[in-house]
Amino acid sequence: MYSEKVMDHFMNPRNVGEIENADGVGEVGNAKCGDIMKMYLKIENDVIVDAKFKTFGCGAAVATSSMATELVVGKTVEEALGITNKAVAEALDGLPPVKMHCSNLAEEAIRAAIDDYKRKNGLLPEGGDCNACGRRCDDIHHGIDDDED
Amino acid sequence: MNDNKIIYLDHAATTPVNPQVLEAMLPYFSDKFGNASSIYSIGRESKKAIEESREKVAKAIGALPREVFFTGSGTEADNWAIKGVAYANRDKGRHIITTAIEHHAVLHACQYLESDGFEVTYLPVDENGLVSPQQVQDAIRPDTILITIMFANNEIGTIQPIGEIGKIAREKGIIFHTDAVQAVGNIPINVVDLNVDLLSLSGHKFYGPKGVGALYIRKGVKITSFMHGGAQERGRRASTENIAGIVGVGKAIELATQNIEENNKKLLELRDRTIEEISKKIPFVKLNGDRYKRLPGNVNFSFEFIEGESLLLMLDMKGIAASSGSACTSGSLDPSHVLLAIGLPHEIAHGSLRITFGTENTHEDIDYLMDVLPMIVDRLREMSPLYEKVKRGN
Repeated sequence: MYSEKVMDHFMNPRNVGEIENADGVGEVGNAKCGDIMKMYLKIENDVIVDAKFKTFGCGAAVATSSMATELVVGKTVEEALGITNKAVAEALDGLPPVKMHCSNLAEEAIRAAIDDYKRKNGLLPEGGDCNACGRRCDDIHHGIDDDED
Repeated sequence: MNDNKIIYLDHAATTPVNPQVLEAMLPYFSDKFGNASSIYSIGRESKKAIEESREKVAKAIGALPREVFFTGSGTEADNWAIKGVAYANRDKGRHIITTAIEHHAVLHACQYLESDGFEVTYLPVDENGLVSPQQVQDAIRPDTILITIMFANNEIGTIQPIGEIGKIAREKGIIFHTDAVQAVGNIPINVVDLNVDLLSLSGHKFYGPKGVGALYIRKGVKITSFMHGGAQERGRRASTENIAGIVGVGKAIELATQNIEENNKKLLELRDRTIEEISKKIPFVKLNGDRYKRLPGNVNFSFEFIEGESLLLMLDMKGIAASSGSACTSGSLDPSHVLLAIGLPHEIAHGSLRITFGTENTHEDIDYLMDVLPMIVDRLREMSPLYEKVKRGN
């Protein structure tokens, strides 16, 4: 059901871990829904120079986390904000329909980490505009009919 | 280990067809292809094969041959039992009693009946997945027409007190159905001793073929016909018979019940060793289901801080086939309704692993499982933000 690329990123995930004194840290998802993604970014002169992640979740959640860290490195903060869930899924040669929400999670994790960076650097009003907080489970669209076997 | 070898630990999902069963079935695809309703010799031969198979199934569960009706699956048997009894007895009442941990074949059939004016009580279970006979007794109303409670649970293996529930149902004159799909071939069953009125079984759970099951209907139980058409199955389940399948389910149940004690002894050894070793070697685990009142081949653990599908994928890469109750493997939003019903929090239910042993498994299989499972759990935990918090102590 998964592409070879998804399986590769699941079995050999890139950039697993934490960054000490990261410039931005974002955690999205919740354990109740079965996936949590935590992303750490190192940002120098507005460019993301390193990214690491930790994920609790299914194969697709791990693979999208891994791919998301690969996609953001080398990009400016604004460029990274332009990475969509679709771009993450496409970079993995697609995801099964019931797993598309995992790519949403990856997009949200990037945004949450960048929000954190902006907040720490006074680029965002205090307490404002949290893109990715507390709206999980609802955006999981798959239903019982999609994937029964 | 040989790289191509698959260690199959998912016998509650399905089992391989026993070679003796396959051998018995094969002639009915080709040489003996006659329609059992035809009067010439190859038709009569098919008819005879069906009736011999019916006798074998009846003998295995302590029923009379005329009380056994072949179906296309266990799900069909469940649907027929529940809807058939409900519609045939709706003038007496519209209340049905079941449990929260039934297979979807029962739960969704009950939900369908709710949409058609029936009322269903879903009994909760305790932390081991057990329902008590007292709970059943207390739920009975004057308009209760059916009690349907599974013999053994497909996920956590818990075995219900079917005999005690049967006694209550019989005393109250309420029809009692049990979904015994996981139990037949694993637990000795006698429908007379247990006061069971209807019992569902499925061939592929005990080394028979897929696509064939049976429903035991005690003589005198009022039930509507499942299929309307020809006179097959005495008009109650019309359809040209799946003769090879029926022969297969008969041979399979005969073999499974003949060797039940010997097989159980072996399965219990494998089960208990696995439960013990996982408990000892891996921290932050919880055994789901009753430690002793459980199917002889069933092991079900939750591993905290990790998610079940990831665990299954990694086991698969190591050649081990198992199953999980995580949402990601069920295709729905929530983890297994069984694991939630025994009180597991969602996040623990997502991290469950079901291992179900079969007759071809060996201690070497467990050696290998215990080589790779702790490593895989470690690896996923190292990747998990939930575990990071535990390691830091908050």
